[in-house]
Formats: sequence, C-alpha cells, structure tokens
Amino acid sequence: MDTTEPAFFETNGPGTGGVVGLPLDRVDGFAKVTGQAKYSAEYKLPGLTYGVLRTSEIARGKIQSIDTTAAAKEPGVIAILTHLNLPKLAKTPNDAEGKKAIGAPMGFLPLTSDQIHYAGQPVALVVADTYDRAVHAATLVRVQYATEKPIVSFLDPKAQLFDPLKVQDGKTPGHTKRGNAQEAFAAAPVQLTATYEHAINHHNPMEPGATTAVWEAADRLTVYESTQGVTRTQKALSTMLGLPTEQVRVITKYLGGGFGCKGSSWPHTILTVQAAKAVGRPVRLSLTRPQMFTGMGHREDQHQTLKLGATKDGKLTALIHEKTSTTSPWDNYAEPNSRIINLLYACPTFESTYQLARANVMTSTFTRAPGEAPGSFAIECSMDDLAYQLGIDPLQIRLLNYADKDPTNGKPWSSKSLKQCYARGAELFGWSKRNPKAGMTRQGRYLIGWGMATASYPVHNNQGTARVRLYADGHAVVQTGATDLGTGTYTVMTQVAADSLGIAPDKVRFELGDTQLPTAPNSGGSVAAGTVSSSIYMAAQDVWQKLTKLAVQDSKSPLYRAKAADVVVEKGRLMLKTDKTKGEDFMALMKRAEMADIEGMGNGKYGAGYETGRAAGPADSGHQDDKGGHSMHSFGAHFCEVRVDPEVGTVRVTRWVSVHAAGRILNAKTARSQIIGGSIFGIGAALMEETFRDPNLARYTNASLGEYHIPVNADIPDMTVEFIEEHDPYINAMGVKGIGEISMVGVSAAVANAIFHATGKRIRSLPITPDKVMNSLAV
Amino acid sequence: MSQDLFPADSAATPPEDGSRRSFIKQAGGILGLALAPPLLSQAERLTAFSKTVEGVTSMTLKVNGTARTLQAEPRVSLLDALRENLDLTGTKKGCDHGQCGACTVLVDGKRINSCLTLAVMNQGKEITTIEGLAKGEELHPMQAAFLKHDGFQCGYCTPGQIMSGVACVQEGHAKTDDQTREWMSGNLCRCGAYPNIVAAVREVAGKA
Repeated sequence: MDTTEPAFFETNGPGTGGVVGLPLDRVDGFAKVTGQAKYSAEYKLPGLTYGVLRTSEIARGKIQSIDTTAAAKEPGVIAILTHLNLPKLAKTPNDAEGKKAIGAPMGFLPLTSDQIHYAGQPVALVVADTYDRAVHAATLVRVQYATEKPIVSFLDPKAQLFDPLKVQDGKTPGHTKRGNAQEAFAAAPVQLTATYEHAINHHNPMEPGATTAVWEAADRLTVYESTQGVTRTQKALSTMLGLPTEQVRVITKYLGGGFGCKGSSWPHTILTVQAAKAVGRPVRLSLTRPQMFTGMGHREDQHQTLKLGATKDGKLTALIHEKTSTTSPWDNYAEPNSRIINLLYACPTFESTYQLARANVMTSTFTRAPGEAPGSFAIECSMDDLAYQLGIDPLQIRLLNYADKDPTNGKPWSSKSLKQCYARGAELFGWSKRNPKAGMTRQGRYLIGWGMATASYPVHNNQGTARVRLYADGHAVVQTGATDLGTGTYTVMTQVAADSLGIAPDKVRFELGDTQLPTAPNSGGSVAAGTVSSSIYMAAQDVWQKLTKLAVQDSKSPLYRAKAADVVVEKGRLMLKTDKTKGEDFMALMKRAEMADIEGMGNGKYGAGYETGRAAGPADSGHQDDKGGHSMHSFGAHFCEVRVDPEVGTVRVTRWVSVHAAGRILNAKTARSQIIGGSIFGIGAALMEETFRDPNLARYTNASLGEYHIPVNADIPDMTVEFIEEHDPYINAMGVKGIGEISMVGVSAAVANAIFHATGKRIRSLPITPDKVMNSLAV
Repeated sequence: MSQDLFPADSAATPPEDGSRRSFIKQAGGILGLALAPPLLSQAERLTAFSKTVEGVTSMTLKVNGTARTLQAEPRVSLLDALRENLDLTGTKKGCDHGQCGACTVLVDGKRINSCLTLAVMNQGKEITTIEGLAKGEELHPMQAAFLKHDGFQCGYCTPGQIMSGVACVQEGHAKTDDQTREWMSGNLCRCGAYPNIVAAVREVAGKA
C-alpha cells in the first residue's frame, strides 16, 4: 500500500515556505476584534420585525385558553402565533415518519397542539415592529392551563425506567457485551463498584440561538441561522415546509459558539420561519438567556454505576457499566458513555446497559464530547481508585492496561501516540515528584493534590465536498458549506488551500456557511477539520489533474507530450517528476490558454486516507465508525493540580498540562486555544456547572448566567498544551483527527483525581462544589 | 425645565392600567433623579434632552465621536439602541441582564454593561463601542494583542472583552496577572480563551 503523504507536506511544510501547521493569526480575527463580524441576529434588512417567544410556566398539562387580545392591542404588534393559528406544515417531527424525514433530532414541535410537555415550551410567538414592543406584548398574552403534576427526572418516584434498545437518536446500541463480564467480575481478586453522578449541564454559548427568516418569494426562503450545520438546517426546514431543498437557503457566516446545542434543529427556527410567512416581512428572533436553558437541549442528569474487576497486580479483567438518565417525553436520548469505557483499556470483558425515564423536560442533546466526557469521569476515577488501592502510580496503572489494539473489535489503531502523551505530559507537569500518598501535601492552610486522566475521542465517519476556483492571476476562491464555531475553520482551511494550491494564504479567499456552497458535514463530533480540509485538498488535486492534462496537450508547454502520470506539482509549478527543470507555473499555462480560472471539486471523507486510490473512492454508505480496517481515535492526557481550602471547601485549579496526539495539527495557535477551551469547559463541569430542576414544578431554578456558573477568568490558571506529532495515513486525505472534543474528555476526572490526592476523599458527584468537599472532609 | 422632563404630578400618580410603560414613566422620574450624579451643577442635572418620556421619542447619542439621532422608546436599553437603531452590532447581547459582559462599552471612559442602562440616560455622554477603537485599518493595541494572542475563538464575547481590557489597563487593574484575571472576570468567555485574554491584556499593560 502506497502511503505517501500529500505532496505539499514534503515541499510546503514548516520551514519550507508552507503554512499548514503554522500558528497563523485567525483570518477572521480582524472582523471579530473590530466588531464587523455579523452573526445571525445582526443582518439589517428592510422591513425587519422582531419575534419574541412566550413560554410555558408549567411543565405538564394542557392549554385551556390563550387570550391574545391585550397583547394584540399594543402599539407595533403585527402578529401573534399560537397553536390555534400556526400556519400548517407539510411535516412535523411529532410523528415517527415526520421525524425521520426531517432528519434532525428534534422530536417535538410546540404550537402544534394544546399539550404542554415541558416548562419553557413555547406557547406563543409575538411579532412586533421593535424588540421592546414584542417583549412587552409577549408578557400580555394570557394563558390558562390545566396543570398536571410533572415527572421531574429519572429519580422521580413516578418515573418509569425503561430499557431503550438504542440511545442517542438511534445511533448507539443500548446493550454491549464482550465476553462474560459478570463471571469475570465475580471471579476478580480486586472488585470495585462505584456510582457516579453528573448534574444537568447547559452549553450556554455566548451567542444565544438566533434565527432571521426572510421569505424572498412565496416558495423561496433565506434563513440566517445560528447553527453548526447549514445543510442539516436546510433539510429540516425544507422538509417541514414541503419545499424543494434548494428553495431554502441557510446562511451562517459567524457562529458565537455551539458546543453541540447548535447541532440540531430546534423549534424556534421553524416557528420564526412561520412567523415571517404570516407577517410577510423578515422576522428576527433571538432566544433570551433563560430560554437557552429550555430551547436548545442540555447534557442530561445521569447516574453511572461502574464495576471494575482486576487482578492483584492491577490488570483489568472486567468492566460492567450501567447508566440511568432522564430523557424527554418524545426522544430516547442518552449520551453513549459506554463507548469510551469499552475502548480505553485492554480489558477482556465488557458489558453495558442503559436505562431511561421519560420526564417533563426538553430533550437532552449532544454536549461537547457526548458520552466521552461523563463516561471518562467514571472510568478514569475508578482507574484512580484501583491505583491507590493497589499502591500503584495512577499513570503506571494506565500503562499496565494500555490497549495496543482496539479492545472493542480487535482492529489495529490507525495511529495511537498515547504513551508519548503520557510521557510528555508527566515530564511537563513534574509527575515524578508526586507524593504517592493522598491527603499529605499541604501548602499553608491549603491541601494540594495532583491528578491525571486519559482522553480519547473517535474520528467519526463523515464526508463532505469543497470547490476550488484557481485564477490565472494567482489567487483562489475556496468554498464549502462548513461552519466555524470559533474553532478556526476559516483559518485552517485557508492554510490548507494555500499549500494545496502553492499560493500564499492572503491569495486565498475561503468562504463557508451557506447552503449555496458545496455540502459539508455538520461541524460537530470533531469532524470538520479532517473532513473539510481533506475535501479542499482533493479539490486542489482535481485542479492539478485538469491543468496537467492541459499542459501535456499544449505544444507551447515544456510538458508537451509528457505522460500525465509523470507530472508532479510543487508550489504551483507543474513539472516532470524525473527532470524538475522541465516545467512551468500554473499562471503561465493558464494565461497562454486564455483561461481566467479553473475549478476543481473534491470529496473528503472518513477512512479515505492518503493511500492511493482510496482517497477518491466511493463513500461508505453505512456511515459506521468501525467499517474501515483500522480503529480511528485521537488520544491524550490531562494533568491537573488543585488547591483545596479545607476550611470552606473551595477548589481551585492551579496548574494544568494537556498533551494530545490527534493526527496533523493544522494551526498550532488555534489548536492550542481549542485544547485550552475544552479543558476549561471540563473544569466548569467538574467544579461548578449545574442546572437545578425544581423537584415539584420541573422548572429550572437557575436559568441565567448569574446563577448557572461557568468558569470566569479568575477560575483559570495559565495552561500548558502540547501536541505529539502524528502521521496517520488512514483517517482522511489530510491525516487530521480533530480536537474539538477530546480537549474536554477526561478533564473532570483529572480534577476529581487531584481533589482525591489533595484530601484523601473521593467525590463521585459532579460538580464538586464546596458543600460536597466539606461533607467529604467531615467523614 | 424639570417640569418638561418629569411633569410635577407624574411621580405622585399611580399607574392607571398597570402597563409597563406607565411604570417606566414613573420610574423614569425616580430613577432619573436617583442616578443623577450629585456633584453635577443643578443646571446640568436638569437639562432635558427629550421632552417626553412615553412613546417613541427622538434622542441623540454621541457614539464614537459622532452625534447620532434616533427614534426610540425610553425603555430601550443602550445595548438595543446601539444594535437595533444604530446598526452598531459589534456590541453583543449575551444575557441582557448584566451577567456576561458581552455588551461592555465605555461611557465617559468607564466600562459599563450597556444592557443595564437605558439609551435616554446616556445622552450627552461619550459612548465608545468596539467600532470606535480602531483607526481605519490600524487596530487599537488591545485589538492587535487579542489577535496576536488568540484571545478569542467564536468572537462573540470579544468586543466586550476588548472594551473591558482597555478599561482594565486604564484603571490600573492590570498590574499583575492575578489582578487582571480578577478584573476581567465580569466578561464571560464560553470558548475558554481566558489564558490568552490575560496574555493580551498583559502585553498592552506592559506597554502602557
């Protein structure tokens, strides 16, 4: 198998004039630091009106009456949509057929009946000529409910647990069995059983969900949407509206964060579209911050019980995982926590089950590292327990159980540099100086603790297309319908395009976030960097193939009558492989042919590595992650120091080291930022993030940024981030694994393990707030 | 003049219809007096910029050195006036409750959350937004430092962070990293760019 890397890696890599991998400033940075970047609620449109949602105060029941008289009389009010007058849709997600056709995991559309399933469910949408008038009028809508007692969570005595055959929107099996884990556990000399709790977490991107809907004609719609995937939104909207797909255009030029909550289609989007239809003018609707807690999903409240069996010298023999969590009245959503527990270590047996209970809550959804983040909390704390119980260093216990191949399917890894991550992380952190005993390190009044955890995230099956238009004057326009959540898509794709085309990055204009561009996958599951970069690389190869064909047929070209296969391209110059003095640059060739520009299309996909042939092969129709010959994952390790105040129970993270190996890193600067950001997201989950659902009313009691605490600047120390260089010839044409989610995996465990090392007390309930620390110290 | 701004009987009359506009009409009088800086001369304090406090009114805001006249209701926040009336969308709305700092602007040189103040109350003051920092293509040092140190990802909290950073340095609250972290903690960043934001502020403070 020929595993030659893309040619430009050799000729344009760091130090040779190329830009892939270099820490370039963000190309969209100027627009962002000057306030020029336009987000989805910021387009100035003629005749613009403002939509505001009125949401339900009760969590379960029926609307008995809804009186809009007073609201309608307010100056500036144009329309009030309720379940009584919402324009009819061709399809809704309220039945199985509609849900499947819509294709986005939105299982229920409000304003379609009098039923109330969750607190915060939209019951009316008020449109007025100014924002304040719409806000005020929405308060005047009088709603009478027939209230029923809601089910609050899976812990509610009225909740009925059931065994879903599949979880996470049908993508993950609800049962996994490998070997006989029950027998192996029963026979294990070392047995650990622990239950881990995870609070409800909300994504809370700084930009609230927002939709601006413009009907260009009776059957043609443009939507500026705060979404991680314009294509998915286009499909959902066109299906619900009964319009041909291409009649719906979705635009997302700038996205103010997403973290998973903008990966689906949510009710406010289609409701805004319907409101725009009703009033015949553009409607803009932004969710309020409290509505962000009920409008775009969350990470579910969940308990996990993990049984771990091991030999006396620390080798795993059995892992049994049970997860119980809350889901909505209409979806079977549970993060697939078991995936990472099954995969992380060489353990001969494994079994996992899921249990769900329906409650009167908005559905939970993908939240950064869905499954891997809470799953790693369980396995990585239990591994720590095992290490302490046997008197083995926590890092050593992980090396003892290192998985040299994928334990779930026996396949070789496409690449795995975890040992290097451990070693480098330990070195940077000074792990060898660790006090082996917990609860023994003091610094004045504080207890100091060190902890570490492993990170891993799969390279998900995906594909996408890109278009490259190379101009004879040496500049290029590169297009794909991807989105940039802030992850750096604009910047890294500009770098890839520049090197693929042999031109400077300032000669590349990279465009994204529009369904009129070639289709790219949702930016989610860490797929964007690998898939989109590969499709751009492939599109550039298409250009070079066309230009090579042109050159060998052009009697004035130095390459005239050469075999196309003998021509290579370096830095924009086409030349003979055997005699590189023979050749010319593309500009000369194109100008002679009087070509202003030339276009190439490329399809980048999962499992189509840079070995010859496969990169251009057909897509795998099953979209299964495990179809290839290799198991494809990124790996890393986090090291954490905490300072615990035993008098008040506060925990501060004082040092942080993350080392990851995730294939090719496209931009050292933006990649470091992403790892820092994911780690901070995880520190939030570990120490402070928790949404409280009232145990009687099933309403969130802290739905604001004042009371739902996310990390602030003062919570975070300087952080050290490094990457291990890794070349993976199997994952995709560019050898890029993606880093958006692995950055968060293992973080909460690293923090919890550090707290254990500081105090000698194990806390298995997230977030680890001061009250829990104080309680743990009291016993 | 005070009669023009706050009719003599307005504060004494209870709201008739319980509507929010009537409340604002009342509260505007109370708030307006309560918030007037005590050290200003009587004449300054009673200057009426708008003749009415109910319904759409004309008001003038001095934003980034330019006087801008707009028609808006007195209940419109400075944030909404900037974004919706003046199309200065660089100032962001993250929570509308003074909890996230995305809407931070400078008013008479001091950083404030523009969602927590009404536009009418800011007439006659120097308002600086993110759009007013750069001189054409030439970035303000804080903007350049954010770009260099990658002090942002999605960019949505960024204008507020930068305005806060400018004020933080001016206030003398960026003398150490710990001090910077503390005084920049009113600006939330969900992407988690905090270490890079500290690096940017440190660089500008070092040059100041």
